Amino acid sequence: MVDISTDYIYQVRLTTHISAVIGSLTHALFTNRVNARGYSVNHPSVQERIEKKRQAALTGGGQLRIAAQHKRGKLTARERLELLLDPDSFVEYDMFVEHRCSDFGMEADHNKYPGDSVVTGQGRINGRLVYVFSQDFTVFGGSLSGAHAQKICKIMDQAMMVGAPVIGLNDSGGARIQEGVESLAGYADIFLRNVMSSGVVPQISLIMGPCAGGAVYSPALTDFTFMVKDTSYLFITGPDVVKSVTNEDVSQEELGGAKTHTTVSGVAHRAFENDVDALLNLRDFFNFLPLSNKDPAPVTECHDPRDRLVPGLDTVVPFESTKAYDMLDIVHGVLDEREFFEIMPNYAKNIVVGFARMNGRTVGIVGNQPKVASGCLDINSSVKGARFVRFCDAFNIPIITFVDVPGFLPGTAQEYGGIIRHGAKLLYAFAEATVPKITVITRKAYGGAYDVMSSKHLRGDVNYAWPSAEVAVMGAKGAVQIIFRGKENQAEAEAEYVEKFANPFPAAVRGFVDDIIQPSTTRKRICRDLEVLASKKQTNPWKKHANIPL
Amino acid sequence: MAAYRSAAGFQRVLHAVKVIKTCKKMGIKTVAVHSDVDSSAVHVKMADEAVCVGPAPTNKSYLNMDAIMNAIKQTGAQAVHPGYGFLSENKEFAKRLAAEGVSFIGPDTHAIQAMGDKIESKLIAKAAKVNTIPGYDGVVKDAEEAVKIAGEIGYPVMIKASAGGGGKGMRIAWNDEETREGFRFSSQEAASSFGDDRLLIEKFIDNPRHIEIQVLADKHGNALWLNERECSIQRRNQKVVEEAPSTFLDPDTRRAMGEQAVSLAKAVKYSSAGTVEFLVDSKKNFYFLEMNTRLQVEHPITECITGLDLVQQMIRIAMGYKLQHKQSDIPINGWAIESRVYAEDPYKSFGLPSIGRLSQYQEPLDLHNVRVDSGIEEGSDISIYYDPMISKLVTYGKTREEALKKMEEALDNYVIRGVTHNIPLLREIIVHPRFVSGDISTKFLPEVYPDGFKGHMLTAGERRELLATAAALYVAAQLRSQKFLGDLRVSVVPAESRQWELCVELDKGLHMLGVSRSGNNYTVEIDGEKVEVSGEWNLASALLPLTINGKHRTLQCLLRTAAGEITLQYLGTSFKLRVLSKLAASLSKHMPEKVPEDTSSILRSPMPGSVVAVSVKPGDNVAEGQEICVIEAMKMQNSMTAAKAAKVKSVHCKAGDTVGEGDLLVELE
Repeated sequence: MVDISTDYIYQVRLTTHISAVIGSLTHALFTNRVNARGYSVNHPSVQERIEKKRQAALTGGGQLRIAAQHKRGKLTARERLELLLDPDSFVEYDMFVEHRCSDFGMEADHNKYPGDSVVTGQGRINGRLVYVFSQDFTVFGGSLSGAHAQKICKIMDQAMMVGAPVIGLNDSGGARIQEGVESLAGYADIFLRNVMSSGVVPQISLIMGPCAGGAVYSPALTDFTFMVKDTSYLFITGPDVVKSVTNEDVSQEELGGAKTHTTVSGVAHRAFENDVDALLNLRDFFNFLPLSNKDPAPVTECHDPRDRLVPGLDTVVPFESTKAYDMLDIVHGVLDEREFFEIMPNYAKNIVVGFARMNGRTVGIVGNQPKVASGCLDINSSVKGARFVRFCDAFNIPIITFVDVPGFLPGTAQEYGGIIRHGAKLLYAFAEATVPKITVITRKAYGGAYDVMSSKHLRGDVNYAWPSAEVAVMGAKGAVQIIFRGKENQAEAEAEYVEKFANPFPAAVRGFVDDIIQPSTTRKRICRDLEVLASKKQTNPWKKHANIPL
Repeated sequence: MAAYRSAAGFQRVLHAVKVIKTCKKMGIKTVAVHSDVDSSAVHVKMADEAVCVGPAPTNKSYLNMDAIMNAIKQTGAQAVHPGYGFLSENKEFAKRLAAEGVSFIGPDTHAIQAMGDKIESKLIAKAAKVNTIPGYDGVVKDAEEAVKIAGEIGYPVMIKASAGGGGKGMRIAWNDEETREGFRFSSQEAASSFGDDRLLIEKFIDNPRHIEIQVLADKHGNALWLNERECSIQRRNQKVVEEAPSTFLDPDTRRAMGEQAVSLAKAVKYSSAGTVEFLVDSKKNFYFLEMNTRLQVEHPITECITGLDLVQQMIRIAMGYKLQHKQSDIPINGWAIESRVYAEDPYKSFGLPSIGRLSQYQEPLDLHNVRVDSGIEEGSDISIYYDPMISKLVTYGKTREEALKKMEEALDNYVIRGVTHNIPLLREIIVHPRFVSGDISTKFLPEVYPDGFKGHMLTAGERRELLATAAALYVAAQLRSQKFLGDLRVSVVPAESRQWELCVELDKGLHMLGVSRSGNNYTVEIDGEKVEVSGEWNLASALLPLTINGKHRTLQCLLRTAAGEITLQYLGTSFKLRVLSKLAASLSKHMPEKVPEDTSSILRSPMPGSVVAVSVKPGDNVAEGQEICVIEAMKMQNSMTAAKAAKVKSVHCKAGDTVGEGDLLVELE
């Protein structure tokens, strides 16, 4: 895999290099000729022309279109980058690139915009390097031309070589129809790079306007897709096509708005109020990520004492094992400053995933949520959890798992939907992960779901149980009905089962949990373990790539 | 103490904790009783033994006499301290204890019965030459009779539960219609709170003070008065801030009230601690209101100024000892203030109950002369089943001024996160000029805040302090977010900055600020004025002990988000600010305004509770102010009314439902 990508990049570099050389050659000839003929006095000097082009590039589609963009409640491509990046840190590439289309009058001067419909380059977020592209809706509706795609590919290639994340700010009407297959080729070039970069550098998409048709597959291939509420849409086909094909009446917002994708489809990982809110949050989010798979998870200065006791955790789990509680109370309690960047907070809410810090170090949190559907695992929560675990594993982020799971959700809807194949994804992801894995069983860990949730058997590094933990094949009632089928005195048998299994001992005596800990000490224990596990090395057998049950 | 091997302190947590502490001092073993939701509560952990007496609803646990009697038998308890509320004034319970030979730490049945009934107590008080309020000495049969009697006494009148106390089942009526409505509500509330729906009516003394006398009487006919407590600051007839002594009483009035209180205690052969409540008008005329035959919530302030431990005295008396003190031994030493810290939203009717989990909780106990009586700790749940009291915060000083200053400091240093609390209101009351000068009455809150409590109103100087603090926090967070530790493959290039230009939004006003920093000292320039902020704090501290322009201030940062939102608790009130860089602020003007929901056509539950009744169905036409449904929370019934005349579009609740705060109840067209 490594060889292929290096080859590929080399080719790209070569092409870019050659075209750059040719460009400067023609440029040199041209300037010489101008000087030789001696009418440079009346013509703008090169210096002036550069300045003029630069100015043109900076204003994109012009003041009218900028005003229209603002009126929609959206910022321009450049304003977005200014806000996303540290002041004065943006270094722009390809400001002078123009589209090469000569059909349908596109070759006319007034149809050429320096930089075309995307702004690309690199810059810094809180001092750390990032490559960025920001599609410019004011130029041909941000549509993707061959040149536009080429610009994006250039920074993606460089990000791969340097080892730094790529952030895309999407605001594009789709393919540049005038360019035909050139535009489609451009998309494919980006898709290929998305795939090659996957697991090498973090890739983040922030959808800040329309993103439709084939264009949606670039965000879909990146690690995280965020959206802006009310002003962004993602769909394969728009409402009009939907109407003509399936006769469904659906609005743009309902079909592919932020709410749909963060609650129903699970396509987007989070939505923000507006452009400013989204970009500021993205800066915050960026701080959790390492620059590449070669870097450890970042460690920032931490003010929250690592050995802080959390007395509230001793009472958070209710005495009745059927009663719900909020897993987020536990999660917030143990984290640095209760700060949790939750991923997909409104989708498959029976599992909680997100980023946080412990003693300053980025960690990935996975937790069953007893408050929603008793915290059971179903198709959506398995897929949500699996993708998150794989991201953490790819980017050296330790995984902390809080377990309170009664099992997999039964029923025809789940079986027909393929819970076996989807549930396997989460199992696969936890088993495959080689980053530090710390697991805390807070209450139930029943059946196959116990195995799945980062159990000792899947190479969990440190597995704790709280005194309220119950590790068993199933709940007492069901178990007794099978073991003592047809026998009288079910209640007595049930009590015996509870006495035997509804506690952490069966797992602890076998070494399946490493210790039974007082809940209030959980933060202290995890911080200490993370310190030790920071140098953990574990490798999986060589393979071309694994075959996760997709 | 052998005779009292153990005492069952059955009470909701807060009160039991106090009793257990005193018992421990006296070498008495304790048994706590509790409902299942309280099974991990503080009193249960503190007591030597604990017994669960039933599920959360009080009538199945703390009011469940059979279960409690069983608990007593099972543990062999020899005495019961009932605390306050629940069965503390229940004569039936006292009788059953007597039958089992278990001492009841409190007065005997006869006194409870006599004083527990408002009608009988008034007759006894009259006979004992205690000043009483004009009114109807009998049980009111129905709403129409109530209207008739009210007409005879003259409006305004007060309708209250005969068995009541603590403001429950109490309504004031100014006309016939309100009398009918009040009768209905009071009898329902009385029935659900006390299991006794008898009501009585008396003249309502407008604008009075509520001052009460603490008495202590033994079984040998001796009685003392332990001075007064001023409890005029109330909302919905429930006390909020109390102090001892009162600024209003002169020694003669105090003595006159004390002597009447003692003569009443003697008239009913009272033994134990008790409280005689009076209404005092502006001319220092005082009228007997009722006698509480239990330890009052606000007893700590009396303990502070007299030096007596009232729980200890009650136990001594129950054991048959004579009083240790003479009337001349009872001093007034210094001044004590009590704030009742409630889990409630003070912006809604001076306090509607809120629920939640105390995610962070820290009492200001490292301050000198501060006492906190609480029954909760970090992680406790405030549920809809009981009174929402978090704690009693008591401060003491040599003078009133000293005690008040201490209270300000204590409130500022009190960390309560996870539930809405009334510290904003408490903090405002104690610095209000009328309160500070002692010019108060039971109508203080509605008079001072006629449009409802709105939080602290910032002066220009305070506004600058607040803005400067938010700016300092923002800059500290920005700088920290650039600090990455460890060996880095790609170097970090922090944005060099010594100066920050910020735009801070507060109450829709925008302020441009310039900030510079050296170490932990921030200099913030606001409208040409410089504000210096310094202090030992970091971004993880719950409290921000700051020095702002030389003045000491303790703030709390309640929220700080990536998008620049910062919520600060300052002078008790929480203020929402938004700090943005100059650039972000200038770009924010393009952001679309989100249209807020039209609140007049949507009725949402203002608090968590249960739906008692729904009076409308879809398609009904309602008038503005018409009752739509009734929500009960913490035993208080609240009538929800229509904000405008409209047709009912949909109803989303039914009687018996449990609703959360903000849940949609009814939609209007």
